[in-house]
Amino acid sequence: MRRLLIWLPLALFLGFIGLFASGLFKPDDRVIHSRLVGQPLPVFSLPAAASDRPALSSGQLATGKPRLLNIFASWCVPCAAEAPQLEALQKAGAQIDAIAIRDARPDVDAFLKRYGNPYARIGLDARSAVQMALGSSGVPETFVIDGKGRIAHQHIGDIRADDVPMILEKLRAAQ
Amino acid sequence: MRLILLFLLMLFVTPLSAQTALPPAPYADRQIADPALERKAKALMETIRCLTCQSQSIADSGASMAGDMRSQIRERIMAGEQPEAIRSWLIARYGDWVSYEPTAAPILWPLWAAPVLLLGLGLMLLRGRIKQRKRA
Repeated sequence: MRRLLIWLPLALFLGFIGLFASGLFKPDDRVIHSRLVGQPLPVFSLPAAASDRPALSSGQLATGKPRLLNIFASWCVPCAAEAPQLEALQKAGAQIDAIAIRDARPDVDAFLKRYGNPYARIGLDARSAVQMALGSSGVPETFVIDGKGRIAHQHIGDIRADDVPMILEKLRAAQ
Repeated sequence: MRLILLFLLMLFVTPLSAQTALPPAPYADRQIADPALERKAKALMETIRCLTCQSQSIADSGASMAGDMRSQIRERIMAGEQPEAIRSWLIARYGDWVSYEPTAAPILWPLWAAPVLLLGLGLMLLRGRIKQRKRA
């Protein structure tokens, strides 16, 4: 018994080394996923964020057909980078609505003029209140909303060109 | 003269890298008038993790989203909501991750049990030592 006990500290030490090493080499995942995936959208009603697009409320997202809800902001650089992908999604038949976070109408107008406007409706969330209600932690994010107004999928970060088929697939699956 | 004018103009340039052009939310950096409510709000804010700068609480963070969260917490406390209700509202959206307050969830049971176990182990060792000493 005593013989074996002598090795205990060394075993513990090696155990800790292993724990730290695995922590060091494991890829860091700091993405915070919304817990609302699979649940109905929170109820909200936002004013219009752009001069030539109507306002957005949660009821308008439950249309019987799946839609995309893009969370963006005119001050966000990756949002500009994902604009061509949103346009490709719209060309492929996706209905896209958006919420502009902490934004102002002239800025949104200028952003859309410069990078294109694939949105049907755009709501203005000046104080990030709806963003918090959605469990979204940054811009850009894109939610797939099914026909009943439930959140089917959350894409965090900008949509890259090779994400487009996956998003279209999620839209089909949410039918 | 021109140089001075140019210099004066430069004072009014806003940095390009600013996160957002909007002014902060009304209660982001303003305390609630009632000190009791402010204390409640502050205690909650210190235990809510900032989502964009993940090793800070929203009370410490300068990120604009943290400001919006502070403002929302203060406004909801002023409207009479309890801090724990706001915490569970946030946890329902962002997971346990968003709260620094330890919970009694089963995954944390070993953590709660560790001090008791270690104390017990220490007492056992101590008893063994005392017995040995007596024999000697």
